[in-house]
Amino acid sequence: MNPVELEVEPKVAAPAPAGSETMNYREALRLAMRQEMERDERVFLMGEEVGLFDGSYKVSAGLMEEFGPDRVRDTPISEEGFLGAGVGAAMLGERPIVEVMTLNFVLVAMDQVINHAAKVGAMFGGEVRCPLVIRTPNGAGNQLTAQHSQSFDGWFAGTPGLKVVAPASPADAKGLLKAAIRDDDPVLVIENLPIYKEKGEVDLDPDLITPIGLAAVAREGSDLTVVAHSFATVRALRVAEKLAAEAGVSIEVVDLRSLRPLDVETLAASVSKTNRALCVEEGWPSYGVSAEIAARIQYACFDDLDSPVERVGMAEVPLPYAKELELAAMPTEARIEAAIRRQLELTP
Amino acid sequence: MAVIDRTDAPFDLDVDDLFGHYRTMFLIRRFEEAAERQYKAARIGGYCHLSSGQEAATVGTVKALEADDLLVTGYRCHGFALARGVSPEAVMAELFGRRDGCAHGRGGSMHLLDVEHGYYGGWGIVGGQLPIATGMALSLVRRGSPQAVLCELGDGAVNMGAWHESLNLASVWNLPIVFLVINNLYGMGTSVERASAEPDLFKRAGSYRMKGERVDGNDLEAVIEASSRLLEEARNERRPAVLEALTYRYRGHSVADAGLAYRTKDEIEERKKLDPLAATRELLRSEGAADAESEAADAEAADAVARAVEFAESNPAPELDRLAAGVYAPGSQEQFARMLPGSPFGERELVYAGGLGE
Repeated sequence: MNPVELEVEPKVAAPAPAGSETMNYREALRLAMRQEMERDERVFLMGEEVGLFDGSYKVSAGLMEEFGPDRVRDTPISEEGFLGAGVGAAMLGERPIVEVMTLNFVLVAMDQVINHAAKVGAMFGGEVRCPLVIRTPNGAGNQLTAQHSQSFDGWFAGTPGLKVVAPASPADAKGLLKAAIRDDDPVLVIENLPIYKEKGEVDLDPDLITPIGLAAVAREGSDLTVVAHSFATVRALRVAEKLAAEAGVSIEVVDLRSLRPLDVETLAASVSKTNRALCVEEGWPSYGVSAEIAARIQYACFDDLDSPVERVGMAEVPLPYAKELELAAMPTEARIEAAIRRQLELTP
Repeated sequence: MAVIDRTDAPFDLDVDDLFGHYRTMFLIRRFEEAAERQYKAARIGGYCHLSSGQEAATVGTVKALEADDLLVTGYRCHGFALARGVSPEAVMAELFGRRDGCAHGRGGSMHLLDVEHGYYGGWGIVGGQLPIATGMALSLVRRGSPQAVLCELGDGAVNMGAWHESLNLASVWNLPIVFLVINNLYGMGTSVERASAEPDLFKRAGSYRMKGERVDGNDLEAVIEASSRLLEEARNERRPAVLEALTYRYRGHSVADAGLAYRTKDEIEERKKLDPLAATRELLRSEGAADAESEAADAEAADAVARAVEFAESNPAPELDRLAAGVYAPGSQEQFARMLPGSPFGERELVYAGGLGE
């Protein structure tokens, strides 16, 4: 019953080429889980197909073999049941990581996420906490169609009691997942299907975390700020490189990394410098993350803006199957580029 | 110590223990009566679900718990909190929304708790507490702890998906948990017969290869016997079970419900003839306890409740500048500090700059 309290001083990420390795996003997540399970016996993983099957997206490959079926626990297809079980275990001081196959399936466990996990701390007057991690990918683009292509990041980020992070790089995938596991509150870690295979340099230091609540300037620039998270950051960086080469414009990309808490300071500083902002997200923009960002920017940077804040997101339709229709609905690089050109009054 | 020895009794109960349980039952009855009065005087807000009539099922199951077992309940929870040892002052203050309520005025009637007594709430969504209690049982197993979990729910909760998912997980993982169905015959205003295709609710346990039993929830001894045995099996054999306690609530679904749209006054009067307090008093009488002792227990309960009301009346409201206290864990304020620019008016003062994460 007595959880071991480990005192760990989080170090803020700094480039440390020694002791780093190139790996993809899913390997970085796996590294984070392995390190945290080695560090703290209260940490365990459960979800559909996380063990014998090696994970639906192979994020947990090999972990059951390494840690056994108690710490890498296969569950029935029963999201409300096992996500709620994670809430209960967390309330007793454990550090469960619940993997939900995709964000779309969190919807059948929504009662446990919103009405339960998010309420524990406040509703019981701070008498008990819920240090639960929920890992799940959002994203679209593989013709998975209407029920399997959604990004509801804003729903969760708009819920007091939850913390929400959405890493866009392997380094942050490792750093933010570790921070989430060590955090004393319920944290939703939004992963992303297309990024799982993206590669990057990852510091192997087991004590290096990415602090929750801290955005990153992923690319410096002076003409316009693109505010993005998750896969939209990857797209924005590609567009910024293309426009630098083709049109000589200098785009700054702010990668939010955390959606709640949200680092308005970093993005407001960026917009105050570039005087223009474009918010990009994978989800539907109406009432979405980009809506929130735009509201914060107009309040914090009203006098600095040279043009209205613009937004690019998923077209507001249930995602269709046909490749051409799906592509037309997605917040593609072409649509991001067009929005930037419009805002900067560049010829297309 | 005198032991009650009834030839047909399923379970031998120490008469002193019995008297103790009787006191707790009276405490609950008088507490609920006071809560209703205070609600009608507008000192208690929100929903207020009373459990008068259910005292034997409540006290009998809670008294079967060992000190380090865990208890999780739905929202009709005043009696469970009191039976588990939460002070009437802390419960009444919570109903009043006062600072020193057991949830510091953040929970109210439906969200009582007391972690020190192993009572983990007081949950307001029908069936929502079941997966959580199941996860607690999983955690006990993971730690090799010998404890068990008692998870209370109402008859209305058995038609929720969470019931099915939780029973399935508890059985497939062999978890030490007893699901206690307090069947008071009505889920709000819908009778069990109208709501459940299998109205013998305990039988549903069989679908999960789990033991299911039904007990007369107004028979204190029978309730203690069944719940002690099933909890023992849960602890020792890691075997989950369903225990259905048949009882009746005298008042409406909540204080706002007169409780007569779906049942008759006659039915209520008939049911009151099976009153668990009267039955327990009869049992004590048969063991030679003087009526004067029972009356003294009743007076004692009334006094305790009066003191609780007095305490709640004089307890201050929670501090406004602590509005956001408890929402996030200590240390979170630093994470939220950078969210301040552009935050909605008022939130700056009350949330981000105030009590958040302290």
